[in-house]
Amino acid sequence: MDLSLANRTEGDKTVVSVGGEIDVYTAPKLREQIVALVDDGRYHLVIDMEDVEFLDSTGLGVLVGGLKRVRAHDGSLRLVCTQERILKIFRITGLTKVFPIHATVAEAVAAQD
Amino acid sequence: MPTVELRFTALPAHVRTARLVAVSLGRRAGLDEEVLDEVRLAVGEAATRAVGRHRVACPAEPVLVRLTDSPASFVAEVVDCAVEPTHEVAESTADVGAADLSVVAEAATSSPDHGDDELPPGVDLAVISGLVDDVTVESGPGGSVVRMAWPVTEHAPNTPSGFGASNAPA
Repeated sequence: MDLSLANRTEGDKTVVSVGGEIDVYTAPKLREQIVALVDDGRYHLVIDMEDVEFLDSTGLGVLVGGLKRVRAHDGSLRLVCTQERILKIFRITGLTKVFPIHATVAEAVAAQD
Repeated sequence: MPTVELRFTALPAHVRTARLVAVSLGRRAGLDEEVLDEVRLAVGEAATRAVGRHRVACPAEPVLVRLTDSPASFVAEVVDCAVEPTHEVAESTADVGAADLSVVAEAATSSPDHGDDELPPGVDLAVISGLVDDVTVESGPGGSVVRMAWPVTEHAPNTPSGFGASNAPA
């Protein structure tokens, strides 16, 4: 698969580092990771997108699904992304208003709702 | 005639193949990198849509992508042969683009009861119409064609490559 995933705990949050392309073929792997973390009681997620090379609407759907899953447990899902070409699809779909998007992992980890 | 025609089995794994071929040809057509990012995303969305439609209606049939590099424009057409259920037809991208983008944010903040990751239908076309000025969707009883076109301001210099003689006008 053209997608790499790693996760670690930082502060009160779990940071998921994503690399490669998130599309219809690879998005299920990200979905499984988010579901597994939530099942494991990790409700405050930071998705680090800085090494993501491609994101389409299927990937957005997985992120939206993740947001809803954690919110069901009063959790949070924040994104780290400074790449304009990835931010573009968030802008087009209006999802910049829905996801907190941070410039660094440190900033996302420190943020509190 | 199209410069390149790609037929692929309607599987998610091959959407990336369609993206790569479209971007490769678009780069040779002289599109700049920012436009190529649009091509990558738009063709990917259209191909994903076609794969989804085939998996429901005609899983054994391949999806077709036609890419045409002409002096004035670079055109990508994604053709599916999924027979349209009558309630689902989107006749024009104008309708699709305006309406569906607003429901994305709503869907994101709505109740998480179903835990379904799918965004509302039509988001793929809405993304495409948000990215590409010249988009048409033609739906008919035998399937649909998503046609996307980008202007080409000047061609990249002809360099020898595997395309060989096809650099000449078709």
